[in-house]
Amino acid sequence: MEPLESSPAHAAPTIPNGSGAAALLATGLGALSLALLSLTADKSPAIKDAMIFYAPTGPLSGVTTSAIGIWLLLWLLLDLLWRKREVALSRFAVLAFVLLLISLLLTFPPLAHLL
Amino acid sequence: MEISTRALWTLIHGMGFGGLYLLACSGALVELWRRYDPAAPAPVSRRDETFMATYLLVMAGLAWLAVLSGAYIVYPWYRALPPPGTLDLHGYPQQLLIADPATSGWHELGMEWKEYVAWLAPMAITMAAGVYLRYKGQLRRLPALRNAVLGFVLISLVAAGIAGFFGAEIDDHAPVRGGAILHWMQKG
Repeated sequence: MEPLESSPAHAAPTIPNGSGAAALLATGLGALSLALLSLTADKSPAIKDAMIFYAPTGPLSGVTTSAIGIWLLLWLLLDLLWRKREVALSRFAVLAFVLLLISLLLTFPPLAHLL
Repeated sequence: MEISTRALWTLIHGMGFGGLYLLACSGALVELWRRYDPAAPAPVSRRDETFMATYLLVMAGLAWLAVLSGAYIVYPWYRALPPPGTLDLHGYPQQLLIADPATSGWHELGMEWKEYVAWLAPMAITMAAGVYLRYKGQLRRLPALRNAVLGFVLISLVAAGIAGFFGAEIDDHAPVRGGAILHWMQKG
């Protein structure tokens, strides 16, 4: 049997699940923002131009920088809101995973061109 | 034996950062699945926790290096426009691909998917590392969280796999070449 100090999971105080739910949901929403920004930049020349943060990389620079900013901001805000709370983790986990899958599909060009 | 600086950066981006990330994904999946199963017999030791935290942080680092080197070093060379009247498009991979109907799909489907889908990998693995750093061994008592982290790591593997596959094929059909030539070995 391992000594107590080498089994921290059993010794540490229980951490509320809110932080986990915040990380999952923020990442699902961040991924969705990436997909939606790439879609809108593809459809609208004005947004495409606005997304050129670094000319050699083109609109990819603005789309990804903006999506990362949204993702990190959401993560920070949701974590501040939920870090000391127990939340419906399973529900948020499923929602976040579905958002991530939708994002994966929305970046697929033939599907994106249909919208 | 020689290589151009652009080809070397493409190798570092794809086979270095991207390839190592893809290899590391299976390790993370197995470890999260096996050791953080609520029914796993052995306790999670402090050494296990340190190992897993380091492993996920290194993965996150690799994923960010892969997308950042791709977007800001290799991609500008790929999408560069030739001066008007240029007939030889070999220094302009995107233009070379779309000039031929037999290869245009590698850009229109491959690059257009790869350039965005790849970013899901660092986002997902950074989230996994963040969650792990917060909960460590307590992931065992939160199966929904552990399963969701596993799912995100799996999607990051899929996203990185799509990017890696199209990156390799695009580089095969229209390689990014040019810049200074580095000589590694010379006869005589």
